[in-house]
Amino acid sequence: MLELKGIKKTFNQGTPNQKVALGGIDLTIKEGDFITVIGGNGAGKSTLLNAIAGVWKIDEGSIVLDGEDITRLPEHKRAKFLGRVFQNPSTGTAADMQIIENLALAARRNKKRGLGWGVKAKEKEEYKELLTRFDLGLENRMGQKVGTLSGGQRQALTLLMASLSNPKLLLLDEHTAALDPKTAKKVLTLTDEIIERDKLTAIMITHNMNDAITHGNRLIMMDSGKVIFDVEGEEKKKLTISDLLEKFEKITGEEMASDKMILSK
Amino acid sequence: MEIISAMPGALAQGLIWGIMAIGLYITYKILDFADLTVDGSLCTGAAVCAVLIAAGANPWLAILAAFFAGAIAGLITGLLHTLLGIPAILSGILTQLMLWSINLKILGKANLSLNPRVMNLAVSMLETWKTVAVVAAVLAALIAVLYWFFGTEIGSSIRATGSNPEMCRSQGINTELNKVIALMLSNAIVALSGAFLAQYQGFADINMGRGAIVIGLAAVIVGLAVFSKAGKNFAVRLIGVVVGSIIYYVVYQTVIGLGLDKDLLKLFSALVVAVFLAVPHWKNKFASVKKTEKKSEDGNA
Repeated sequence: MLELKGIKKTFNQGTPNQKVALGGIDLTIKEGDFITVIGGNGAGKSTLLNAIAGVWKIDEGSIVLDGEDITRLPEHKRAKFLGRVFQNPSTGTAADMQIIENLALAARRNKKRGLGWGVKAKEKEEYKELLTRFDLGLENRMGQKVGTLSGGQRQALTLLMASLSNPKLLLLDEHTAALDPKTAKKVLTLTDEIIERDKLTAIMITHNMNDAITHGNRLIMMDSGKVIFDVEGEEKKKLTISDLLEKFEKITGEEMASDKMILSK
Repeated sequence: MEIISAMPGALAQGLIWGIMAIGLYITYKILDFADLTVDGSLCTGAAVCAVLIAAGANPWLAILAAFFAGAIAGLITGLLHTLLGIPAILSGILTQLMLWSINLKILGKANLSLNPRVMNLAVSMLETWKTVAVVAAVLAALIAVLYWFFGTEIGSSIRATGSNPEMCRSQGINTELNKVIALMLSNAIVALSGAFLAQYQGFADINMGRGAIVIGLAAVIVGLAVFSKAGKNFAVRLIGVVVGSIIYYVVYQTVIGLGLDKDLLKLFSALVVAVFLAVPHWKNKFASVKKTEKKSEDGNA
């Protein structure tokens, strides 16, 4: 459903801070794939998701979604195919607006916005049901400003918003990294539920190898802007953390450098 | 006595500047964009309106034309910012400078007077109470329309653009387009204020918008401070902004009545705004110190 061919991106080209963030990525994502992405800091994981989302133009390569070339489509136009959740809980929601207004904004992601009401009366019921179903304790606080919510609540709300408007692909950029372990677990469970319920195709970056192994049907490992390991199905299910560490050392000739990754065993 | 007799005039001026302050509220508070275009677009509104009335046009048509002229001024700033990537403040300054020349060309000279005794005007200094009634009615209609507009899908997406542009793009909102729309709307309203101001004071002058942003900001800040307990309802906030503008002009007339040097007024206006803008910053600084103290205590425990 999504085909990435030869994606290259270099930041600060021609300056002393030049950095090759993506050094030629070829990746084909099948309908219904739930891919977890691991790799050290600076491996290009977030850059990969940003390339798909169209945050900036890629230097080389093409992105084809369901036969449509979206390489040159600006970010806000690609949004109608995508649901995104970010590492920082503040990024995915508008703090100055109500919970219900945020949901209503997301529900119009793939529609043209006009002069109809920003939140229609019948939507209130739908959102109330949605919030009740996911047990976030927010269903009676829908008029409250999102800025008053905790990080975990904001992240769960962003996830619900991402799932509205039938996205073809869900992009989760370390969306549990900024949360405490208990909240992270809750948000991760919610992620599984939503992906399961809506049969979504998803890419999830995580720094937690255990999560990368236990979630999804496919795992890719990145290093220095390249995909260095790609495994799916039964083979992925059998993986262990030491397998992954060993694989990393064998391919890169280095030890897994990120303390964060080792600590999160 | 002199001060008291100046009060109806202060009320009328406060209401007219209240229109301007509402325009500024849209960019400054909703869009989070410090738009310096307003210093020029206020004068553009006054110039367009004055020239048309002097040529014998219906004053309400002239006011409408001023509104659209202001929208074009906002469009220029919007395109400088979004299409050419010029920083917000600089875009406004560039348009403001362009408008100085354009306004001069519209007026044909530095000052164009409107005589309420021989010309047909919607408001004038000769009829202060009529001015108060007319401008209050215009404000009521304006607030009602804005209340509706910012509740619509487009309006909500503009509010979101001011709150979190990154989130907006990920939700399919064209933030660049929204900025342009908001700037056009804001400057159209500012020009509307200029149109009433020219009629009320009986002339349009090339320098009349100078420092307008500071007066508008003072009105917004004072109004929101006074109405801070009145809730977050959008219409109430806009009314608060108008009240802020009236307070500004009442204080202004009072200090003039008390014999303060008129030349110093802009200095004091700017200082008042600086102080009000500094308050939340220092409050935050103080609060964040307290928070870190608390955190480290938690850490030790």
